[in-house]
Amino acid sequence: MLLLPGLYHLLFISTALFFIGMFGFFTRKNLITMLMSVELILNSVNLNFIAFNKYLWPNRLDGVFFTIFVIAIAAAEAAVAIAIIINLYRSHQSIDVAQTEEMKY
Amino acid sequence: MSNAVEIALIPLLPLAAFIVLGLFGRKHFNQSAGIIATTLLTTSAGLAFYTAYQYFFQYGKVAGVYQKVIVFKYTWLQFSEGFSIDMGAMIDPITAMMLVVVTLISLLVHIYSLAYLKGEKRFATYYAFLGLFTFSMLGLVLSSNIFQLYIFWELVGVSSFLLIGFYYDKPSAVAACKKAFIVTRFADLGFLIGILILSFYAGTFNFSELIERLTSYESSNLLTAINASFVGISALTWGLVLVFIGGAGKSAMFPLHIWLPDAMEGPTPVSALIHAATMVVAGVFLVARLFPVFQMSPPAMDIVAYTGIFSALFAAIIACTQTDIKRVLAYSTMSQIGFMMFALGVSKTGGEAGLGFTASMFHLFTHAMFKALLFLGAGAVIHYVHSNDMKDMGGLRKYLPITHITFLIACLAISGIPPFAGFFSKEEILLAAYQQNHLVFYAALITSGLTAFYMFRLYFSIFWNTAPSPLENLSKPFGRTGGEAHGDHPGEGGFAMMMPLVLLAIASCIAGFIPFGNFVTTDGKALASQMHLSFSIAPVALAVTGILIAVLFYKTNNNKADKLAASLNGFYKAAYRKFYIDEMYLFITNNILFGIIGKWAAWFDKNVVDGLVNATANGTGELSEKIKTFQSGKVQQYAIFFLVGVIGLAVLFIYIWK
Repeated sequence: MLLLPGLYHLLFISTALFFIGMFGFFTRKNLITMLMSVELILNSVNLNFIAFNKYLWPNRLDGVFFTIFVIAIAAAEAAVAIAIIINLYRSHQSIDVAQTEEMKY
Repeated sequence: MSNAVEIALIPLLPLAAFIVLGLFGRKHFNQSAGIIATTLLTTSAGLAFYTAYQYFFQYGKVAGVYQKVIVFKYTWLQFSEGFSIDMGAMIDPITAMMLVVVTLISLLVHIYSLAYLKGEKRFATYYAFLGLFTFSMLGLVLSSNIFQLYIFWELVGVSSFLLIGFYYDKPSAVAACKKAFIVTRFADLGFLIGILILSFYAGTFNFSELIERLTSYESSNLLTAINASFVGISALTWGLVLVFIGGAGKSAMFPLHIWLPDAMEGPTPVSALIHAATMVVAGVFLVARLFPVFQMSPPAMDIVAYTGIFSALFAAIIACTQTDIKRVLAYSTMSQIGFMMFALGVSKTGGEAGLGFTASMFHLFTHAMFKALLFLGAGAVIHYVHSNDMKDMGGLRKYLPITHITFLIACLAISGIPPFAGFFSKEEILLAAYQQNHLVFYAALITSGLTAFYMFRLYFSIFWNTAPSPLENLSKPFGRTGGEAHGDHPGEGGFAMMMPLVLLAIASCIAGFIPFGNFVTTDGKALASQMHLSFSIAPVALAVTGILIAVLFYKTNNNKADKLAASLNGFYKAAYRKFYIDEMYLFITNNILFGIIGKWAAWFDKNVVDGLVNATANGTGELSEKIKTFQSGKVQQYAIFFLVGVIGLAVLFIYIWK
């Protein structure tokens, strides 16, 4: 029997992705891993958009468009973040956030 | 009016001199400053004479009564319908007379200063200040409302302050200018409150309406002002007395006179202009300006009269003992202003009874002439001797012949010897006092005898007596250091210094023959000048006696005066120390004001006011110490704060703030 994935399955995956990303963002010290975690969070949101679009308003495309926007922005954000990471590496010879704490009171 | 422009130019030309010389003088016109200022003032004086002539002989009189003419006016600050502060010019007989006096004396002082302050480093600044003073004084006499008068009143105070402190490297001059400013400013506080009271009840600032509304018994304004009372004294009297306090401060009436003798630290021509002829009579002018309102309050009139006569007598006694020639003249000024003041105080309105008013204005006019002459003559003497002290002088008649003659004329005039100017005005004042108040009359009689004595004491000490030894070798400067004379050329200072003396001497001879009653009276109608020969006998005899005593004591070098002083030991000493008024003021300020009130105020300021401010600062500092650890530099910690914040907002919006 063919098990079609319903709305709840999708929402469950989205939620799981979101919290995996959140957990990674809070616990990893490596900046690239943190960036990846942020991407996971964004993709969980994308999944949400797609799922609601398909199950609530199947004949409209708003959710899909929004997802494309988010992907575009995420690409730009990744570029900026990687530039920052490279600069940080040049000045500190490390991309560990625990070692870049001098910007405080 | 067609001549509004001319009248506006009278004060504006000296203002122009002030602005040009004040801004560019020291760099560009330091040599020519005197010429520029004098030229401008000559024009201004010409216009003033022309205006006075036109007023008195052409348009001023309507049906035999001199009118108040508003030349121009524009609304400056509109508070409400019918209540505004205006700026304008008004001409009435006393204004026209003051215009003549102020511009004439100021012009002569400008000319005199050309020689007197020659070589002074701040020559242009000096002329700029003179211009400012002349502007303010002319503005004061032209004012059409009481608030405008107050503005110019403060301006003359400022220019007097600047000129007294002209030699600002001399500590005594600095102290004197501060004293003058603080004392007059203190009095002006009273003046301001008085203005507010009077204009509150009158509902206007303009003189013409203010006088109209506060002098007619049909007017509701007057009735409210009389019925409203504070500590049992009507609001009208309070207002007038407070205004008079302002006038007393400016006119150096007891007990606010202490600044005037010290003000002599300024250059002598300034003393002649400001502290003898013009500014110090501003108080008299003010009372004369509000004279009809003063009439409505007999207590205020009594205060004017008794303050005047007391100051006159008090100052005359002190003048007999002083040895600094400018201080003698300062006390004599105070005494003469006392004469003007009590003449106003005993006067009534209308016809014969208004003689005091006419006499007071007449005396103001003649006094300006001979007192300016005395000061300018004293200036010539100081210029020559390089000292202010009469002990350093004597026998100067051979060296300064013109100064000697003119000084003698002025002394005769102020002593009231006929036919010099002072005789006529003083006789009128005495007659007015005799008709109204015998107590005042006898005190005035004694004072005029004393006047003759101390003036001739001064005259003989300077020009006769024996010269102190250093006078023979005048080529080298001697005497008190820090004297104000410039250059050590002997002689009388040339044409520029002698011309004003001669002109003023002529004026002192003939000014008495002006039929003043035709021009200045309480009601604007002409008043035939009264002169009773028999009445004049007593004052003239007293004056002559005073002069003879002075001859006896001071014409030759002898010790009769010292003997008399020794026999009057305590009294003489008290008078010499100016009756300890300065010490009393110092005691009150130091011990009572600073010691009692000031101490507590300082404690309150240090502990309560400063404490509050410090507590705020300390509290903020401690709080920020505590919260600064939030900014840890840990990126993930910030992310947690952010998450907590978002969750908090979500809870807020979803569950609480529906």
